[in-house]
Amino acid sequence: MTLSSTRRALAIVLGLSVLASPSLAAQRTLLNASYDPTRELYQEYNAAFAKYWKGKSGDDVTVRQSHAGSGGQSRAVIDGLRADVVTLALAYDIDTIAARAKSLPPEWQSRLPNNSAPYTSTIVFLVRKGNPKGIKDWPDLVKPGVAVITPNPKTSGGARWNYLAAWGYALKANNGNAAAAERFVGQLYKNVPVLDSGARGSTITFTQRGLGDVYIAWENEAYLALDEFGADKFEVVMPSVSILAEPPVAVVDRVAERNKNRDLAEEYLKYLYSAEGQAIIARHYYRPRDAAAASAAKVQLPDIELFTIDEVFGGWKKAQAEHFNDKGIFDKIYKP
Amino acid sequence: MAPKRTFAPIAESPKIRIGLVLLSLIYILFFLVLPVVVVFTEAFSRGFAHYLEAVTEPDAQAAIKLTLLVAAIAVPANVVFGVAASWAIAKFDFVGKSFLITLIDLPFSVSPVISGLIYVLMFGGQGLIGPWLDEHDIQIVYAVPGIVLATVFVTFPFVARELIPLMQEQGAEEEEAARSLGASGWQTFWRVTLPNIKWGLLYGVLLCNARAMGEFGAVSVVSGHIRGFTNTMPLHVEILYNEYNLPAAFAVASLLAFLALVTLVAKGILELRYGHELAPVHH
Repeated sequence: MTLSSTRRALAIVLGLSVLASPSLAAQRTLLNASYDPTRELYQEYNAAFAKYWKGKSGDDVTVRQSHAGSGGQSRAVIDGLRADVVTLALAYDIDTIAARAKSLPPEWQSRLPNNSAPYTSTIVFLVRKGNPKGIKDWPDLVKPGVAVITPNPKTSGGARWNYLAAWGYALKANNGNAAAAERFVGQLYKNVPVLDSGARGSTITFTQRGLGDVYIAWENEAYLALDEFGADKFEVVMPSVSILAEPPVAVVDRVAERNKNRDLAEEYLKYLYSAEGQAIIARHYYRPRDAAAASAAKVQLPDIELFTIDEVFGGWKKAQAEHFNDKGIFDKIYKP
Repeated sequence: MAPKRTFAPIAESPKIRIGLVLLSLIYILFFLVLPVVVVFTEAFSRGFAHYLEAVTEPDAQAAIKLTLLVAAIAVPANVVFGVAASWAIAKFDFVGKSFLITLIDLPFSVSPVISGLIYVLMFGGQGLIGPWLDEHDIQIVYAVPGIVLATVFVTFPFVARELIPLMQEQGAEEEEAARSLGASGWQTFWRVTLPNIKWGLLYGVLLCNARAMGEFGAVSVVSGHIRGFTNTMPLHVEILYNEYNLPAAFAVASLLAFLALVTLVAKGILELRYGHELAPVHH
């Protein structure tokens, strides 16, 4: 090696080390394991939170995202996906993490306001423009010749909310007769040609592949599809009654502590309840807890009659055991 | 009397022959050419600037780097293993040889999803040695090591499968001659065996690499889908597709398609030019 080339090499190494050397602000990363339809929400929220945290502590924070079906994500965290926080579709999926991996306390849900659910949502119908099959309410979904798109309740949280919303409607329509509700939901699933593993997969099936006449969807997912594809392709139909979905959030204590991220993780979730967090939530068609945020974001979702899972099903644990576990009612009524 | 024109008993009539050729051409057109054309047209549907942006944004760059890293580990590992195994199988006789060949083929017969799941069951938090790994803060699944392991597993047979028949056909005479003339084991390998198998080896490496970069199922199970961190190119394509970002999805997919085309051409050249030095199946 000649002298000049040695010098050049040295200069490059020095230059690189300057580039790589840490600035005064610490660089921190956080992993948020979430369910399928929250991609766009957390993309915007993470940027806002990074700005807020930088102003508060001077540190840079990169929030990494992992998305899949809620049940699948729960399983992955149990199997070792090192998420500092989980933001899943339903409380049962976080209960499972607490029970099986013991990486957060069983009473996690009381650690944040509103049962640890900073936003709510509900289940609505997405139909093709002009509503060619005339779908107005739940009974239209069991008519012969109507193809219904909904994901698999075994892996998807949204799919479980869909199922329970249908069941709740049928109970109400039949004066609480469980056998009639089972018949109704069974008939509904006979109209389902394919079960995707997550809500986003079903959205793609309905919107891109053109399968099905009606898609039972998260409210936010339905409105997002309108935004993405234009209101000239699809319409949102509000059923007469639906379920109040409360997607909860939690710090996974063991992971956050190992990553020395507890302060960051806790603030990340708390900030969801702030005015800015709630406004972002409203912009992505979730229902914020703070009504002022919704009007500030100029997104007003229609009021419909909503029942809760505690009222109708006695909570998630019971609903899960009765309906979705092995040999539960879903296994009985759905035979592909 | 003029002899009747007859066909050899195994030759088809020209009609059938043309029909068969046309049928396969149409088949190839619909199932191979058209999809590749669609990938590239969709990728450039919003212009070259968008295309460039899609393949240079940080998450895409991270996916490309991870894919290259995984291939850079998996391919050499399987080359070393493949050469060693086929050497042992072709040149020596030992008990359990056919069992070893069956084992090498195992990844071909197991569904990739199952291959991925095996690693979750082994190294996952609830897995066989997961708790021990967790105590020592070693992470395998949902991190890069798991992705490498899964890729090594699914690409395991490519090199060995290519070399075994080739080395078996070549026999051990040349090596025996070298040994009897005083060459050491290494000398025999470098100067006799390797030159004999180099084209076959390259062929195996090519296929192994294509699969390593393109693997979806097994990697999907162990990846954890962390954007910009544990997403390989095929997984990144899926994510973009799921986010309604079709042009970007196809842009990244076009890189994979391009890799496939390069592989195909290189494979064609090898078969055409060095066909006699490849395993008998390619003659």
